[in-house]
Amino acid sequence: MKNEMNLEFSALSQNESFARVTVAAFIAQLDPTMDELTEIKTVVSEAVTNAIIHGYENDPNGIVYIRVSIEDSLIDMTIKDIGLGIIDVEEARQPLYTTKPDLERSGMGFTIMENFMDEVEIHSQPGSGTEVRLRKHLQSRKMLCN
Amino acid sequence: MSLNIELITKHDVLCIRLSGELDHHTADELREKATAAIEKNDIRHIVLNLEQLSFMDSSGLGVILGRYKQIKQVHGEMVVCAISPAIQRLFDMSGLFKIIKMEPTEEFALQRLGVA
Repeated sequence: MKNEMNLEFSALSQNESFARVTVAAFIAQLDPTMDELTEIKTVVSEAVTNAIIHGYENDPNGIVYIRVSIEDSLIDMTIKDIGLGIIDVEEARQPLYTTKPDLERSGMGFTIMENFMDEVEIHSQPGSGTEVRLRKHLQSRKMLCN
Repeated sequence: MSLNIELITKHDVLCIRLSGELDHHTADELREKATAAIEKNDIRHIVLNLEQLSFMDSSGLGVILGRYKQIKQVHGEMVVCAISPAIQRLFDMSGLFKIIKMEPTEEFALQRLGVA
């Protein structure tokens, strides 16, 4: 059975923990392992932080949108902003690449997403925003189903 | 859940004990407090105790790398201790262990820097 949830909130840094904890609570019904739960929380934190810092450049009037759907063992998440967008997505995906070294950004956000998830799709257009789609099959569930 | 920061100075070593969650929101406070302590107390080395840290993302990597760069200017060393497997994965992924040493406990870390 498919189950879906939507969340939208102001682009404020204090909402980063709210976002990852809320998504983790929704995912919990799939009975993930602790490692899987940590991975999901981390990638949500990365994508939401990107939306706030890069998409909206810390403008609290911006809105971050999260959609999560779960079906069997598959988690499908979309994290979206309607902010500045990314000029060169391939460049942004490179490990340690950052446009904001002055803010002590590590440039590891997309690399972490790619390591922790099965699939990472980035759709972005300068001036209209960025949408990150993250998908993952939970191992624990897959083993039970087999 | 927020971040709790405990700073202890032993000679020229700053021991930073973190508990809670280190993300973009809480990284600013850590940067400000650690930077001020490093400058005020002529700190050369840092021990980072992550035993009670329950969550960290790439914003944490950024602020840790920033403090490493700060003490590197005075030829200092950074030692991280009591790191969880989840946070260790982030360190591995970013190559931070090439520049930051790891010890199992705070005591070992302080011994390594000669202030235990």
